[in-house]
Amino acid sequence: MSASTEITPELVAEHGLTDDEYRNLLTIMGRAPNIVELGIFSVMWSEHCSYKSSRHWLKRLPTEAPWVIQGPGENAGVIDIGDGQAAIFKMESHNHPSFIEPYQGAATGVGGILRDVFTMGARPVANMNALRFGHPDDAKTRHLVSGVVAGIGGYGNCVGVPTVGGECDFHHAYDGNILVNAMTVGIADADRIFYSAAAGIGNAVVYVGSKTGRDGIHGATMASAEFDDDSEEKRPTVQVGDPFTEKLLIEACLELMATDAIVAIQDMGAAGLTSSSVEMASKGEVGIELDMDRVPVREEAMTPYEIMLSESQERMLMVLKPGREDVARAIFEKWELDFAIIGRVTDTQRLVLTEGGETVCDIPVPPLVSEAPLYQRPCAAPPAPAPLPEQTPADDVPIGDALIRLVGSPDLCSRRWIWEQYDHMVMADTVQRPGGDAAVVRVHGTQKGLAITTDCTPRYCYADPVQGGRQTVAEAWRNLTAAGARPLAVTDNLNFGNPERPEIMGQFVGCIDGMAEACSALDFPVVSGNVSLYNETNGSAILPTPAIGGVGVIDDIERMATVALLPDADIFLIGETTGHIGASLWLREIGGLEAGAPPPVDLAAERANGDFIRGCIADGSVNACHDLSGGGLLVALAEMALAGDCGAEIALDPGKTSLPHFCFGEDQGRYLVATADGEDLSVRAKAAGVRITRLGRSNGDALTVAGHPPISLNTLRNAHEGWFPRYMAG
Amino acid sequence: MKIQVHVTLKNGVLDPQGKAIERALSGLGFDGVNDVRQGKFIELEVAENDPEKAKAAADEMCRKLLANTVIEDYRIDLG
Amino acid sequence: MKSAVIVFPGSNCDRDVQIALRRSFGSEPAMVWHGDEDVPDADLIVVPGGFSYGDYLRAGCMAAHSPAMREVVKRAGAGVAVLGICNGFQILCESGLLPGALMRNAGLRFVCRDVHLRVENTETVFTRGYAGGEVLRIPVAHHDGNYAADPETLSRLVNENRIAFRYCDMGGDITEDANPNGSAANIAGILNEAGNVLGMMPHPERLADAALGGTDGRAMFEALAGKIAA
Repeated sequence: MSASTEITPELVAEHGLTDDEYRNLLTIMGRAPNIVELGIFSVMWSEHCSYKSSRHWLKRLPTEAPWVIQGPGENAGVIDIGDGQAAIFKMESHNHPSFIEPYQGAATGVGGILRDVFTMGARPVANMNALRFGHPDDAKTRHLVSGVVAGIGGYGNCVGVPTVGGECDFHHAYDGNILVNAMTVGIADADRIFYSAAAGIGNAVVYVGSKTGRDGIHGATMASAEFDDDSEEKRPTVQVGDPFTEKLLIEACLELMATDAIVAIQDMGAAGLTSSSVEMASKGEVGIELDMDRVPVREEAMTPYEIMLSESQERMLMVLKPGREDVARAIFEKWELDFAIIGRVTDTQRLVLTEGGETVCDIPVPPLVSEAPLYQRPCAAPPAPAPLPEQTPADDVPIGDALIRLVGSPDLCSRRWIWEQYDHMVMADTVQRPGGDAAVVRVHGTQKGLAITTDCTPRYCYADPVQGGRQTVAEAWRNLTAAGARPLAVTDNLNFGNPERPEIMGQFVGCIDGMAEACSALDFPVVSGNVSLYNETNGSAILPTPAIGGVGVIDDIERMATVALLPDADIFLIGETTGHIGASLWLREIGGLEAGAPPPVDLAAERANGDFIRGCIADGSVNACHDLSGGGLLVALAEMALAGDCGAEIALDPGKTSLPHFCFGEDQGRYLVATADGEDLSVRAKAAGVRITRLGRSNGDALTVAGHPPISLNTLRNAHEGWFPRYMAG
Repeated sequence: MKIQVHVTLKNGVLDPQGKAIERALSGLGFDGVNDVRQGKFIELEVAENDPEKAKAAADEMCRKLLANTVIEDYRIDLG
Repeated sequence: MKSAVIVFPGSNCDRDVQIALRRSFGSEPAMVWHGDEDVPDADLIVVPGGFSYGDYLRAGCMAAHSPAMREVVKRAGAGVAVLGICNGFQILCESGLLPGALMRNAGLRFVCRDVHLRVENTETVFTRGYAGGEVLRIPVAHHDGNYAADPETLSRLVNENRIAFRYCDMGGDITEDANPNGSAANIAGILNEAGNVLGMMPHPERLADAALGGTDGRAMFEALAGKIAA
């Protein structure tokens, strides 16, 4: 694409702009654009960068609380965690590239989210991820799992940030569109947070990091379109990550941030130099002038179009205070990173690019940003879920057999195969390793802990988007609570199909409404997030997947709970059980049916039950706790028994429902706790108005439900640990 | 001039990556692949024009950095 | 007792080691940049874990040529205690301070988990805090921990009692299952001839704090600090 390329309607369409959008561009520019300007509009107005289909609805999400320092709108969200410190975190998707090239797609996803966090002044302290793959029987799944896990590990391990947990599900709906959502949490001093608004007319605009190549040009537009049969040829648009350079970049940036040199800083992510310079100028209400000849490049004869649209990784853009350029240069040279002053902040509010002294681009910034298309696409109510039959084949399966099959099923079995490929201990602050309800990392040098979790139940969201949206937030809140943490805030990764289809918009809006209700009722605001649309192939969409990353604080890590069952303890169930089997894993895995409405979420009960649990953990009366989710009560108990290598003898009274429904129904708002002083716990629960049921006692090496044969822990363990390694070995 | 260096594991050193590749090829239906060894290919663009001097320099590069002579062999080709 | 830690571009575990040393030595270790051949006086030099130079080309091969490492080699020759952990072990082999090489794990995947180690030689300055045959639980986290050496070297290591740790099961038996990476003879750590240089793949600095689940690693730092009677 050279400067003299003719702008034809075909070229405009290839750039993903509609006729209306192009007419708007002409009005803003007052003339026809050249190819560089067209390229810049096309990426800034792409779905991925402008959120044109989702922006309108995202406003419904609660984003405020007394402990929120920075909500959505910056590189990441910032919350106050006390004692002058802040946690900075966000989750981002890298779905389309990971399907095409799983290792590099996942690796660069990790790289990108790390940069979003350290660009704000935080040292990254933990990574997590939420993965969705196709059905295990699909021909591509094994290869994708292997590549994605290797890529996440390969990048995260090298950078030296522990990957402490995550989630991973399998379903046919993801056969053609896997999801790779990567999350990073960092810690900073609350009074040293760095933002992206450029300021100071005449200040230097500085480029640091790797040289620019031809990687990933139009990566943003790939993420804004469905896959079709030609997607294989899109391979060159996947970027290659360099985690070694990222590690150097982290150290150099943090070193510079400790001085007084930086006015603003932003990482170069999707749409690279374009989005970073435009966003910095827009936020600061200033202009930016860049000289293309000064941009460090690693290929010959790169054009301004290529330079501006390149998605080469491991690069940052900064505005420095006058006179600080040499101090900054020395730091980056020590870490052997490119450092180049490539432009200046101006007062024109225009993005002006020059090459060889000639202007090659001149765009007014405010309308580029404010006139970005905003759509309220038509929404259709989703169809009601398939009705739940009176009787299912699962009802006749003995509960012991069902339990063994469930803990050995793809969505419930141990993920050890995955997390033993992640260094989850580097930085020597991992207090709860992967495998529990939430990961916990100690806030370095303190007794405080950060609890982190990722959650989503897409099958619920598909059956009823509003309930599914509520449940996603409620489950994250429960997981943090079960570890003993005060849940503080959420980052979201909203993964959906084609927004041009009304039923997909219906899913999107429904999930947002559900999430908003739960965030509000639980004082659990959204502080950052990402939307990934067009996750569809040849018209077949993923399940609606609004993944949530939750962060909470544990005041004292000595007062923390794990899921490990302790011996000689009383086991209690907190919360109401009706035996809700609609949209449950038991119904799907044992009964072969995906049917029924998802379990309703009673937000008041969630709050009451969770606050009660948290109080007991904080005063030391409970340190074994597990929230109930997929597979219900018996699966949760099995998970606790396996984690603690300790069996249990329990008696169950199903009341109005059947025993299998009681054992495997997925009623929400429930926890299992084990405690030495059962009397006291019962009394306190009743005083708090919380439903508590004593189930039995922990001991031995088998799980026994009164009236049924014991299920040995060995059998459960073999099933639980066996599926993944066997599957991946082919 | 261009110098091409091939670095390979010494005979007798176990090569699990080569073994994995062999299995994968067999799984894809390629019969009759009896052994696979995986190595590294490094291409250098050097200013030196004299082939003897270039080769000597490359040899020293291999011994000092490009190959671990405890477990690897190397071959130098001038392109 | 004074200590120093060499820091390379890409080192990740330098801070973790710094904390363990500070706790056991009661003094701040000197953090030495790889480009600095001026390594301060120290009784112990630690080459830490991580991904120096991204593990590009071969793990540890570029770090081995740094000015700081040239000085470390000299100090080792003069009898100073040198401890290489994980990437540090790889660097010590590449720099010739220890024989053999660390290759890609036999399972081909990165491995992060607790392993059990049997202490084979308790007569060194590193291991005199442990009892002979004691079984430790310590984490590993590596992709290239598969120790390989030719048969004569392996014989020498055995005959000269230079194997410091071997992977074992909970009961102390040396088994294939207990070996996380395929290392020859389940070797997890080895010594040089003089016994003042130790390279090990597991991370003792990650289990020197009860909050992290154990303190089996602490005795090594305590012994090095001279706190455990010889």
